[in-house]
Amino acid sequence: MVTELFPLTLKGAETSRRGKRLVGPVDLSLDGQGLCVVMGPNGSGKTTLLRLMHGTARLTGGSVTWACDTDVARHHQAFVFQRPVVLRRTVEENLTYPLRLRGTSRKVAQVAARDWAERVGLGPHLTRRAMVLSGGEQQKLAIARALITEPALVFLDEPTASLDGRAMREIEAILLRAKADGTRLILSTHDMGQARRIADEVVFILGGTVQETGPAAAFFDGPKTPQARAFLNGDIVE
Amino acid sequence: MGGSAIVDLWEGLRHAFWLVVTFDAALAEIALRSLRVTLSALVIACLIALPLAAMLAVRRFRWRRATIAMLNALMGLPPVVVGLIVYIFLSRSGPLGALGLLFTPTAMIIAQVIIIVPLIASIAHQSLRELWAEYHDLLISMNVTQMQKMRTLLWDARRALLTAALAGFGRGIGEVGAIMIVGGNIDNATRVLTTAIALETGKGQFALALALGFILIALALGVNLMIHWIGQTERDSRW
Ligand SMILES: Nc1ncnc2c1ncn2[C@@H]1O[C@H](COP(=O)(O)OP(=O)(O)O)[C@@H](O)[C@H]1O
Ligand SMILES: [Mg+2]
Repeated sequence: MVTELFPLTLKGAETSRRGKRLVGPVDLSLDGQGLCVVMGPNGSGKTTLLRLMHGTARLTGGSVTWACDTDVARHHQAFVFQRPVVLRRTVEENLTYPLRLRGTSRKVAQVAARDWAERVGLGPHLTRRAMVLSGGEQQKLAIARALITEPALVFLDEPTASLDGRAMREIEAILLRAKADGTRLILSTHDMGQARRIADEVVFILGGTVQETGPAAAFFDGPKTPQARAFLNGDIVE
Repeated sequence: MGGSAIVDLWEGLRHAFWLVVTFDAALAEIALRSLRVTLSALVIACLIALPLAAMLAVRRFRWRRATIAMLNALMGLPPVVVGLIVYIFLSRSGPLGALGLLFTPTAMIIAQVIIIVPLIASIAHQSLRELWAEYHDLLISMNVTQMQKMRTLLWDARRALLTAALAGFGRGIGEVGAIMIVGGNIDNATRVLTTAIALETGKGQFALALALGFILIALALGVNLMIHWIGQTERDSRW
């Protein structure tokens, strides 16, 4: 039943805007085991790379291929944005929205919404309007809304960048549970501490090109490139 | 001179009060016709303008910019000119003359629809565009169809759309130039509050004209309040 998306392969993938190359060319193969962290300073191209993989940034060169058909793969993905996007509806209606789009009955969708609201700690807020939630609560809602369709893969673009430490820990716990349930996650961050805490695999990006990839432990213990070493030492800031 | 104007106002108020408490049959007929014509025009105009506005917000088609520019231009179209054009189309020798619609409430509804569609579409487009900017990334990522995008926007912007509809209603119910031309202000057939006011003013019946004016205002306010009240109470309705 589970659709196999991986390996994900990028060959010379790049995206340009008005003749300026934002990201690429990227050659990369991910087998998507566990949680993959795309790490790099601000402006290094993390968002653009995630969008490129997801298919919402225009590919102006090269290719992005999945183990299955691209449209099928897309159907089994969700994307969580750096600034949480919530619908001007209640928490419950935000959660039922993607299910209703896929034709799930209202009753079933509401049961799932209640369940997911509980899981991310929004149970008491079910009937509140999502717009009045705090930033951290809104991001938890966005993550629950991404997970509710049981996607094979979720992209998270710096999901905790604008949140306080507590909200960050709570969200990391939610993500680790999703990973344990078998959801593959590709998360971007400029926060080295976060990467150390949750990464199984690291993709290090700088200036729009991928510098280094590999298992997290190996990357943190012995970065191969001078750029990665400099970043880990804190010599490349922002 | 100023005194006589005040007297007229006072007389108008008294007259209006009297017409209402005695439930004047002729007045009731005229007021109801006003409501019927404008509410019909409003419903039809919304059915045209709201989907159009949603389409303009989410789709990038070839004539999009031209359509927006045209809507904005049409918003400033003088109602009298709209009336004249509708008149020409519906007159016996016009292209739609065979339908025999001239000097009927239907002709008035047609004219009002033309007058308020650009207004409602422009206001609605403005708020739908803002909402689309907010929702764009999420809905694109969810791979929703154009239809689903439009439905989501229209539903989530419904309060702003209510305001757009109200603006349309206000423009329609107070409009006199176009419906005078295409309706003809015929007693028992096409006379509405605004054309009756014009007529009575012309005859020098200021008190009666003022009375009708007060009733027109009361009607417009009443509909406004009712629609706002509907907007307040739909809070817990579901998608
Ligand atoms: N829509 C855009 N138009 C022009 N330049 C852009 C656009 N989006 C991103 N960029 C540029 O592309 C580079 C990478 O941006 P981004 O992927 O957002 O980086 P990050 O997410 O790592 O901060 C930056 O230099 C940024 O200024
Ligand atoms: Mg970014």
